[in-house]
Amino acid sequence: MDRRHLRQQVTYVRKSLFDQGYLDDQFMQLEDLQDDANPNFVEEIVASFYSDSARLIQNIEQALVSRPVDFGKLDDCMHQFKGSSSSIGAKKVNMECSQFREYCCAGNIEGCIRTFQQIKQEHATLRKKLENFFQLARQAGQAETA
Amino acid sequence: MNLNNGKGSMSTASSSAAWKAGDVVPDQFPAGLRVLVVDDDPTCLMILEKMLRTCLYEVTKCNRAETALSLLRENKNGYDIVISDVHMPDMDGFKLLEHIGLEMDLPVIMMSADDGKNVVMKGVTHGACDYLIKPVRIEALKNIWQHVVRKKKNEWKDFEQSGSVEEGDRQQKQSEDADYSSSANEGNWRNSKKRKDEEEEAEERDDTSTLKKPRVVWSVELHQQFVAAVNQLGIDKAVPKKILELMNVPGLTRENVASHLQKYRLYLRRLSGVSQHQNNLTNSFISPQDATYGPLSSLNGLDLQTLAATGQLPAQSLATLQAAGLGRSAVKSRMPMPIVDQRNLFSFENPKLRFGEGQQQLSSSKPMNLLHGIPTTMEPKQLANLHHSAQSLGSMNMQVNAHGGQGGQGDSLLMQMNQSQARGQILNESTGSHVPTLTSSMGQPVLSNTVVGGVLARNCLAENGRGTRYNPVSHSSSMLNFPLNSTAELSGNSFPLGSGPGISGLTSKGTFQEEVNSEIKGSVGFMPSYDIFSDLNQHKSHDWELHNVGMTFNDSHQNNSLQSNLDVGTSVLSHQGFSSTQRTGQNRNISAVGKPMFTAGDTTDHVNAQNVGPINTFFTDNSVRVKSEFVPDASCETNLFPEQFGQEDLMSALLKQQQGGVAPAENEFDFDGYPLDNIPV
Repeated sequence: MDRRHLRQQVTYVRKSLFDQGYLDDQFMQLEDLQDDANPNFVEEIVASFYSDSARLIQNIEQALVSRPVDFGKLDDCMHQFKGSSSSIGAKKVNMECSQFREYCCAGNIEGCIRTFQQIKQEHATLRKKLENFFQLARQAGQAETA
Repeated sequence: MNLNNGKGSMSTASSSAAWKAGDVVPDQFPAGLRVLVVDDDPTCLMILEKMLRTCLYEVTKCNRAETALSLLRENKNGYDIVISDVHMPDMDGFKLLEHIGLEMDLPVIMMSADDGKNVVMKGVTHGACDYLIKPVRIEALKNIWQHVVRKKKNEWKDFEQSGSVEEGDRQQKQSEDADYSSSANEGNWRNSKKRKDEEEEAEERDDTSTLKKPRVVWSVELHQQFVAAVNQLGIDKAVPKKILELMNVPGLTRENVASHLQKYRLYLRRLSGVSQHQNNLTNSFISPQDATYGPLSSLNGLDLQTLAATGQLPAQSLATLQAAGLGRSAVKSRMPMPIVDQRNLFSFENPKLRFGEGQQQLSSSKPMNLLHGIPTTMEPKQLANLHHSAQSLGSMNMQVNAHGGQGGQGDSLLMQMNQSQARGQILNESTGSHVPTLTSSMGQPVLSNTVVGGVLARNCLAENGRGTRYNPVSHSSSMLNFPLNSTAELSGNSFPLGSGPGISGLTSKGTFQEEVNSEIKGSVGFMPSYDIFSDLNQHKSHDWELHNVGMTFNDSHQNNSLQSNLDVGTSVLSHQGFSSTQRTGQNRNISAVGKPMFTAGDTTDHVNAQNVGPINTFFTDNSVRVKSEFVPDASCETNLFPEQFGQEDLMSALLKQQQGGVAPAENEFDFDGYPLDNIPV
């Protein structure tokens, strides 16, 4: 029962992540890659993303505060970050990144700063949600083996 | 067909990669395909690795382009295909692509989150066999083996058709055996083979890859020999057989040469035709590696700033230039940019590195150098040669720069003239890249800006190619301002330049265009077929190529420009040396304009000689190729105007800036002699 309940919970949480637009199809691609040889593949990828993205976020922040603003560099940094976030299927984060790039191309620094706040928020929110999800999945998995 | 029988040995050790020439592939294929994946993003790298493993490929991953190249070099036959990201911190993905294409001739797939048309086009022109948009799905990776098969198939066909050497004989026999059942086929095959052989001599082969089996390693020396041979023969007349004879390398087959020549020409073509810079503002500016053209085309002022920011362009000079109304800052910046690029390109090649660096310095200081005359930053070794010529050029450049700078700046100066119009044209032509010069016809004012850069380039490298760049001027008589059209102007000036290799070319007087064109041909070495160039001119904007050339070129055109052209030419030449191969288009232009630079057969000689060195290096590097080219065109045109405007001011400004104390070659040039009136505005 517990097991079933846990699994149901996992399924529900997962579905809501997709429904609410936090994750997109790319995340499913990662899930498909997970197998017995790499049972925690998705979690590892997400962990790698978050550890690497800290550096990328810092780059963007530096580029945002430096004067005069180097939009080219800003765009480049964001491009990197976006590539990374899209690879794990972080949908909302990605959308904000696109918005950021639009502001960047337009040379709108305020827009960039605002959007960047959004990006960081979404980035943090997704992290919590995924951590929660993985924990749940682990519990369900453990429950299964029990 | 059992073509594989004999070929079996060709395949590399890896059993899975038991590629046999011909259609037959191992049963387990594509499993075991050896993939090398390069991406600076660790997350993406992990995902790709897992996906490729799931496809049953053998994966090697690396996060740096240099690492990838050394892996490939160490183990020439260790990989079947390479997948690389476009944006990487240490090296531009396209540069890597070119390197791999030239050195190892492996299929390369580019990847990027950027799906803009320009970037994808860039991939195509640089020879990528596919372009994937990130995030990459596993389905896209499942089919990458097709590129390997395709390439092998082409190689096989080439091999067969070229009928070269033992391999060919053996294969022929095999194929014949296979077709034994149908004598008609054999007959046809033989006939077609004969035809092929004849055709091969006459024209380039379409196939680009060398036979896989006896994969020749085109080392720096070998490539240098190759380029020297090509230059000697003349790019238009360079046929594999003759090149092979000239090179006189034991073990090298005509096939090897043919396919390498093919690639070389594509490379040059690409160089002249690529108008990358257009939108890659960011790239060009931000990453020195990419610098080269990008900035040029797009922003005049921005380039300068960037340059200044990157320290390449001394603030002073920048200010001076700007003050002088050099609108073409872009040009200047471009110059250095490409060089910078080159630097990066060369970075992983020691010898090249030095050169590249030197060049870079040159280039970076190019804008400055022009002003200062001889670039003091030049690297000792390779630069030494250049330095020499650069010196002479330097002075000339100075003048040229003055002009060119003006030209480059063009914006303000030229504005009046048609140049601005031309520029507009050029700008329009090149999607943002200033290079359009090529297409625009050489003289385009916009180009002149780049020319400034080109001038610098000249100092750096005495490339013949550069000279050609200027040609654009001559070519596109359409370019309004382009003085080239008025060859008369040229004749008016007395170019004593001769000093630098490029310079000598410049001294051509009068009919630059005509001469240049023809000369360029002679110089060939660097200047790839004009045809290509002209074609490229149409749409491409070899920003940097033109710039380099343009800068000097324009001046030369003018009258005074001759002088300047010389400088430019020289510098361009030198610079071109690197990318001469690339410039083809450029070269032509330059030659047209300031013959002195490259075209003159004479000049070509020395230029070639000089260039050969750097060029070879350059070429081997591949990476340099693209970037270093300047668009001389631009510069050419702008030069025209500067004189009018503030020659004196500019000169003084420039002179002030000079570090190396390059004496403005006032004596040489005859600024006063610039018949600006002649400038076809």
